[in-house]
Amino acid sequence: MDQFILQILNGLDKGSAYALIALGLTLIFGTLGVVNFAHGALFMLGSFCAVTLSKFLSLSHKVVDETRTDFLGNPLQVDVPYVHDWFGVATGDAIIDWAVPLSIIFAIPVMIGIGFIMERGLIKHFYKRPHADQILVTFGLAIVIQEVVKYYYGANPIPTPAPSAFKGSYDFGVLLGFDANAIIYPYWRLVYFFFSLVIIGAVFAFLRFTTFGMVVRAGMADRETVGLLGIDIDKRFTIMFGIAAAVAGLAGVMYVPINPPNYHMGMDFLVLSFVVVVVGGMGSLPGAVAAGFLLGILESFASTAWAVSNLPGINQVIIYLVAIIILLTRPRGLMGRKGVMEE
Amino acid sequence: MSKSNFSRRGVLKTGAIAGAGLALPTYLRADSHAGFTNAPGDSEVVLGFNVPQTGPYADEGADELRAYELAVEHLNGGGDGGMLPTFSSQVLDGTGILGREVKYVTGDTQTKSDAARASARSMIEKDGAIMITGGSSSGVAVAVQALCQEAGVIFMAGLTHSNDTTGKDKRANGFRHFFNSYMTGAALAPVLAANYGNDRKAYHLTADYNWGYTTEEAIRSSTEAIGWETVNAVKTPLTQTDFSSYIAPVLNSGADVLVLNHYGGNMVNSLTNAVQFGLREAQANGQDFEIVVPLYSRLMARGAGANVKGIFGSTNWHWSLQDEGSKAFVQSFGTKYGFPPSQAAHTTYVQTLLYADAVTRAGSFNPCAVAEALEDYEFDGLGNGKTLYRGDDHQCFKDVLVVKGKENPENEFDLLEIVEVTPADQVTYDPNHPQFQGGALGTCNPGA
Repeated sequence: MDQFILQILNGLDKGSAYALIALGLTLIFGTLGVVNFAHGALFMLGSFCAVTLSKFLSLSHKVVDETRTDFLGNPLQVDVPYVHDWFGVATGDAIIDWAVPLSIIFAIPVMIGIGFIMERGLIKHFYKRPHADQILVTFGLAIVIQEVVKYYYGANPIPTPAPSAFKGSYDFGVLLGFDANAIIYPYWRLVYFFFSLVIIGAVFAFLRFTTFGMVVRAGMADRETVGLLGIDIDKRFTIMFGIAAAVAGLAGVMYVPINPPNYHMGMDFLVLSFVVVVVGGMGSLPGAVAAGFLLGILESFASTAWAVSNLPGINQVIIYLVAIIILLTRPRGLMGRKGVMEE
Repeated sequence: MSKSNFSRRGVLKTGAIAGAGLALPTYLRADSHAGFTNAPGDSEVVLGFNVPQTGPYADEGADELRAYELAVEHLNGGGDGGMLPTFSSQVLDGTGILGREVKYVTGDTQTKSDAARASARSMIEKDGAIMITGGSSSGVAVAVQALCQEAGVIFMAGLTHSNDTTGKDKRANGFRHFFNSYMTGAALAPVLAANYGNDRKAYHLTADYNWGYTTEEAIRSSTEAIGWETVNAVKTPLTQTDFSSYIAPVLNSGADVLVLNHYGGNMVNSLTNAVQFGLREAQANGQDFEIVVPLYSRLMARGAGANVKGIFGSTNWHWSLQDEGSKAFVQSFGTKYGFPPSQAAHTTYVQTLLYADAVTRAGSFNPCAVAEALEDYEFDGLGNGKTLYRGDDHQCFKDVLVVKGKENPENEFDLLEIVEVTPADQVTYDPNHPQFQGGALGTCNPGA
C-alpha cells in the first residue's frame, strides 16, 4: 500500500510537468490550429530564465585573497556577489537562494514576449499550411533554439537549486501510519505539484470567467463566425500563444530544482507531451490535464523495480502502450471533440 | 566474314598505357610502397581527433580538443612543452614526429557510434589521418576501435571506462590509457569498507547499456568480496531524466547504500534526485544511508553542484595531483585556457604523447611497429605514477584515484578531493579474468 501511494505521489509531479506543457500545446492547437513542435523548447527556455536570473543575481566582482592560492599557485581571486555589497551578506545570500521563485516574475514577461515574437515572426505564416509543414518548421525552430542555448550555456546541466527552506523531503509514511521512510516525498516536488494546480486553475478560470476567455472559447468552437461578428480573433489568439508560452515557461522555471536544466530538456518532454495531448483529445484542455496526470502516474508505476523485473522494458513503453489502447477504444482521445483534426 | 580492327601492336600499346595510367595514382600514394595506410610524406603527419563536439558530452569533447591542440603545440616545439620534460621517455624533442610537423583534423562523434565511425572513416579516407583518437563513450570507443582495426590505423582511445573496450571488444590496433570498471571496483571497495564498514546492503541503479553493465558487475563483485550484500539492481533507461520512481523505493528496500552506476546527465539527475529524496540524511539498518558514484567526472560533477559533497567515487586523474607531470600539465593547460584540465583532457593529451613517442622509438609510422613499441611499455612522468601498457590487452595499468565530493570547495573547479591513490598492483588483473573474457586481440593490421 505504501508503495502504491508513493508511486502516485511520484506520478503527480511528473504528471504536473506533462499537464502544463500539454495544456499550452493543446491551447495553441485549439486556438490557432498549429501543431507546435517548438513547445518543448519554450519549456526549456523557461528553465533557462531561472538559470539566467540565478546567474544575474550571482554576478560578482573579484577580490584577491592573498592568504590562498588558485590552481596555478597565484593569489586566489574570490568572487564576491554584488548583492553582498548592496544588501549585506545575509540579505544578498537570501536573494540568491530564492532565485528560482523570483524567476517567475522575470519569466512571465520574457516568455510572453518570446511567444509573441514566435507567433508573429514565424508561425502566423504557416496557419494555412498543412500540419506537416507546421511540424517541420516548428521542429526546426526548436533545434535552432536549443543550439543557441547550448552555445551560450554549454551542453552540461546547470545546477539551480531550490531555496534552502524547501530542501529535504517530507515523511508521509509517518503521517499515514506507515513505517518511517516508507513514503518520503521532496518538499519542492510538492511545491511543483501545487504550483501546477494553481497555473492550470488560473488558465481555466481565465478562459471561463473573463470576456476575453469567452471570446477565445467561442473562436475555438467557430472561428469564422466570431470573425464575422467583428471581433479581431487573430489578435486574441496571438495573446493566447503568448499565454501558452508563459505556461510552458513557468513549468520550466519551477522544474529546474527537480532536475538541473540542459539545452536538451525540452526535447525530452516534447514527444511525451504530444502523446498526452493526443490521448487527452486534440484541442481539449481538460483532456490534456487529465491525460498528463494519468500518464505521469502510469509511468511512475511502470518504473518500479517490481514492474521492470517482471516486464522488462515496460517503463519505456508504458505511455505508448496506453496511448494505443486509448486511441483504439476512443479514437478522439479521452475528451476529444468531434471535428478536430478530422477534416 | 567480319574484319577485326584489333592488331597485336595496338592491344599491347593500349594495354601498356592503360596499365601505367591505373598504376600511377597507386604508385604516387606513399602507402603503397610503405606498406601501411596513410603513410605520411616527408614534411607533415596528420592525426585525427574524434571527439563529441555536439550532443550531451560536448563540453567534455571541447576539453579533449583543447588538450589535443596543446599536445600538438608541444610536439611541434611550441608553448612550454607541458609534460615533454617530465615524460620518462625523452625521445620527443619538439620537432614534430620523426621530423614531420604534426597537423590534425577533427571529427564530431556526437556520442553516437554510427556518427563516430563515419567521422573517423572520413578522417582516415579523405584527410589521410594516420591515427584516430578521442571520444567520451565506451560505445563509441568500441565502434571506432573496430573501424580502425579494419582500416589499418592506430586507435588511441579517449574517455572509455567499460571493461569491454580492452576486454571482449579489444583490438590489436586499439590502446586505452583510461582506467576501467574493474579497476574502479578494486580501488573503491577497500575505501568503502574502511569508511562504511563490511556489513552493508547495496541497491544498484544501473544505466541500461554496456558501460552500466560492466560497472555494476565490477562494483557488485568487489563489494560482495568485502562482505556487502546486493539487495537489488535495477536497470534505468539511458534516456531517463527523472529518477524519482527508481529512487523512491530504495529507502524501504532494506538497503543502506545506493550505488549509482550512471555517468554524465544520468549521474547528475539521479544523484540530484537521490539527495532531494533525503537519502543523504536518512538512516537504514541502524546506519547512515550512503550513496556511491563509481565513476566521477569533474565536468559532470559540476552539474550536480553541492549534491556531490561527501560522496565517494573514482577518477582516472585529477588536477590537484602533485607529481611533476601533473603539475606541468595543469600549469601548461591552465595558463593557456584559464582553468584546470579535466580527466578527459589529461587522458587524451597523454595518449597523443604516447603515440608520438611510440612512433619515434619505433622509427616508423607503420601501425604494427607503433603497436609493438607500445606493448608492454613502461613509462612515468605523465601523471598517475609508473604506468604499464600491457601487451596482452592494450590496457594501461597505473594508480587509480579514489575521490570524494569536497565538503567546502574553494572555487568552481574544486569539487573533488583525493582520498586515496590506489597503487597499480591493487587494480591489476589477469588478462583472462572473468570480467574480461571473450574476444581476442587478434593481430595488428597495417592496412594498405
